[in-house]
Amino acid sequence: MAMQKHPEKIIFEYSRPGRGAFGQWPTERHSPNEPASGIPANLLRKRKPLLPEVSELEVVRHFTKLSQLNFSIDTHFYPLGSCTMKYNPKACNQYAMLPGFLGRHPLAPESLGQGFLACMYELQEMLKEVTGMQGVALSPMAGAHGEFAGVAMIRAYHRARGDLARNEIIVPDAAHGTNPATAVMCGCVVREIPTKDDGDIDVEALRQVVGPNTAGIMLTNPSTCGVFERRIKEVAKIVHDAGGLLYYDGANLNAILGKVRPGDMGFDVIHMNLHKTFSTPHGGGGPGAGAVGVSQRLLPFMPIPVVGKEAGVGKDGDRYRWLTEKDLPQSIGRLSAFMGNAGVLIRAYIYMRMLGREGMHRVGEYATLNANYLMARLARAGFDPAYPGRRASHEFIITAKKQKDVLGVSAMDFAKRLLDYGFHAPTTYFPLLVPECLLIEPTETESKEALDGFVDAMIAILREAETQPDYVKTAPHTMTVRRLDDVRAARQLDLTWKPATSQGLRPTPENAVPS
Amino acid sequence: MPFNPQTPGDVEQMLATIGASKVDDLFDEIPKDLRIESLAGIPDALNEMDIGKLMSARAAQDGTPLNFIGAGAYEHHIPSAVWALTTRGEFYSAYTPYQAEASQGTLQLIYEYQTMITSLTGMDVSNASLYDGGSAVGESALMAIRAHRRSKSQRILVPTTVNPFYRKAAVSTVGNQGVKLEEVPCPKGSLSIADLEKYADEDVTALVIQQPNFFGVLEDVDALTDWAHAHNMLVIASVNPTSLGILKPPGEWGTKGADIACGDCQPLGVPLSSGGPYAGFLTTKMENVRQMPGRIVGRTVDMDGKQGFALTLQAREQHIRRGKATSNICTNQGLLVTAATIYLSLMGPEGLARVANACHARTNELLAALARVKGVKVAFDRPRFHEAVVQLDRPVAPVIADLARKGIVGGFDLSNDYPELGNALLVCATETRTREDIQKYADALAETLKAAVRAA
Ligand SMILES: Cc1ncc(COP(=O)(O)O)c(C=O)c1O
Repeated sequence: MAMQKHPEKIIFEYSRPGRGAFGQWPTERHSPNEPASGIPANLLRKRKPLLPEVSELEVVRHFTKLSQLNFSIDTHFYPLGSCTMKYNPKACNQYAMLPGFLGRHPLAPESLGQGFLACMYELQEMLKEVTGMQGVALSPMAGAHGEFAGVAMIRAYHRARGDLARNEIIVPDAAHGTNPATAVMCGCVVREIPTKDDGDIDVEALRQVVGPNTAGIMLTNPSTCGVFERRIKEVAKIVHDAGGLLYYDGANLNAILGKVRPGDMGFDVIHMNLHKTFSTPHGGGGPGAGAVGVSQRLLPFMPIPVVGKEAGVGKDGDRYRWLTEKDLPQSIGRLSAFMGNAGVLIRAYIYMRMLGREGMHRVGEYATLNANYLMARLARAGFDPAYPGRRASHEFIITAKKQKDVLGVSAMDFAKRLLDYGFHAPTTYFPLLVPECLLIEPTETESKEALDGFVDAMIAILREAETQPDYVKTAPHTMTVRRLDDVRAARQLDLTWKPATSQGLRPTPENAVPS
Repeated sequence: MPFNPQTPGDVEQMLATIGASKVDDLFDEIPKDLRIESLAGIPDALNEMDIGKLMSARAAQDGTPLNFIGAGAYEHHIPSAVWALTTRGEFYSAYTPYQAEASQGTLQLIYEYQTMITSLTGMDVSNASLYDGGSAVGESALMAIRAHRRSKSQRILVPTTVNPFYRKAAVSTVGNQGVKLEEVPCPKGSLSIADLEKYADEDVTALVIQQPNFFGVLEDVDALTDWAHAHNMLVIASVNPTSLGILKPPGEWGTKGADIACGDCQPLGVPLSSGGPYAGFLTTKMENVRQMPGRIVGRTVDMDGKQGFALTLQAREQHIRRGKATSNICTNQGLLVTAATIYLSLMGPEGLARVANACHARTNELLAALARVKGVKVAFDRPRFHEAVVQLDRPVAPVIADLARKGIVGGFDLSNDYPELGNALLVCATETRTREDIQKYADALAETLKAAVRAA
């Protein structure tokens, strides 16, 4: 395994005055001590910033070693529920990084961007097709940003009709934290509704909360409980009849790709996490892309810019251009300085073209097959699905409540011990309503053997929990660090390195870096 | 289906384990009338060879013109090591570092980033990134309102010298919460205290100061910061990180320093790439740390007392606090922070200062060359960094279009956002422009202006 087992020094601890990656610096006459011509002294920096002074090799070695302290899709099975950690094809990165794409300035004339804009236009069209929506805007930069765009559009829609009282957003208690947080960022009040024991939302409770103040509802379907909301048509009718709109959180779109479309279910607006369903990388925390799709009535409110096409005449062919405030005067506006995470969008475009019609259809099928197989095997091995009797979508929940009650070993303990077995942990303690929750999403790109290996590890950990629970409760044992002191991290804030705090990491047999 | 490993034999065995007769049975909880049978609008699959040809053709179609625009996105030299390391699968294909023990690489890197960016800005604490420099101004405004409890107005002053794209993104971000971003006109191309006097006796929560400002001009940040503080306003600085290689950090502006400093990491090793992905940064003083949006990494120890890193102060965030979180942000721009951290490590204090000085020198040379072209005038005779406004003797758009035909991206047309400036063009030259490039631009502009006169 590629895991680096030794801790790595902080980069500043390699720093020596006078060292540097000289080959990267401009060979300029100016020395930094010489004031730049024409800049008054009171506007200049007096002290050097704390940046490392290290050679290029030191930089390469340091960050390579840091990378080796990570689990990733490329190195490990990563069944993190709700996150869709599927293979990120190398071609998507390779071709998005062609110099022509990388070098293009966002404000360069459209005449020098027709190749790029063509990709963006076609991406919009493909996303419309797979979601059943009437318009797509690409600029939101992550799922939560797409949610923000969606709820802002819902508000703009009601406002444009003079329906000013509608400021309540309904969210199920199982919703992702970004849903209520987004509603509040959009100036709305959150009304929470419960989930029933079978994983569907409580439709009677929904009937009770809708009314003249309802702006809309935010739903994930399949839900974060890993099941398909069976009464979705009824839900749509209740909300629409009350004058509200339906928002689709597309985090789980992978489950239903090519099988059923949010637009057909009655949703008015959706975001897609292109970094989940369309396999752009998660990058250790981003960037993502949260393209939004809208129904007919929300078209005028889409965030700008959107790519438009003018059918060409003669040999000039089609021309693509940005649609801005001038074209969409009712738009909720600009959400990013330029046009969102363009490079991520190119990666999603390449992925969709490589899947094609047939492949798109198979994504949901294999993701669902893998999840149901894994759930069946774990159930047989003595683990409890949270919603027995339900089909898994592309993910499912195992509750470790029994193991916690009987053996004292929690979902967290299973998660940490899995790391020792070479598997990234599932999502833990989300959604919150399921006790000792492990939300498991294998994705379609994992082989049967990988899934079987995970089941074997879970069985082995269960045996350990029965025979030596303390060992499981103090896992992991084979990572560079053991369980970290989160309380200390929050109480004794150490958020930046300072020369005085250097621990120096004197080589000991344990942390010595092998030469 | 290009990336699936399941063989027909696997599928059969897996279905048997599940107890289903065919894959389609797994979808039997979805109402029948909602199911679709095909996605007619999606084209046939391309294999890697064919998509490679298509993308190469599309990229080539856009060419590699000579660029003279900045306006919030800057062309810089990017060391090979930056993206060779950043695209390593262990960084590229990892998730947000929730499982700390399996994510020490990303966590330590963010800690190193927080150290570098706070030192550049002269602040105490940084988050792990926001979406971009535009949304960072919006988040800073919301944060200022939380931090400045004595101010009740939710009014933030935003001079017109702040990047208009940032202003628009900020307005969209805060508008639904009743926060008012008020434009302060700056007719002289920089913000002066005279422009602010009328707010002296009003309850205003914060003032945004961009340095260098959108026109490339250097604001008198010490005086402005002291004025804002004297009038009970917080100061939000929006700054270019390259410039901080030589310019005074916001933490040292005036007597007390700015309260929040934000901006975009794009100039630090991130390609222009049609506008993204970039990474917003947000730094502040320790007293405001609990009001910050986004993720923060802290150093701590493990069960054996060994140093390790973890996400901290998570009670500010949506996954814990839900509707009471400081922001809805979840996924941020982590991979670009990786690139920026590697870039700053390669540059060090001297390399970054040299880049900043070279940009400044090239822009001065560009202005000298353009000033010699008939029909061109340099506006705002004030100290500047690496951008400037020039005024033409005729409408800008056709000139830019003509330069584009010559393979030159000639600048950003200011006439939509600043009609009061007339036929104004914002130009930029960074360290990547050579003297020959600059001369080529000046010659092309001269030719364009001459030809246009003939045509008129
Ligand atoms: C169900 C759900 N909704 C929303 C989000 C937010 O998406 P992002 O992290 O891209 O902002 C996530 C991802 O974490 C999610 O799982």
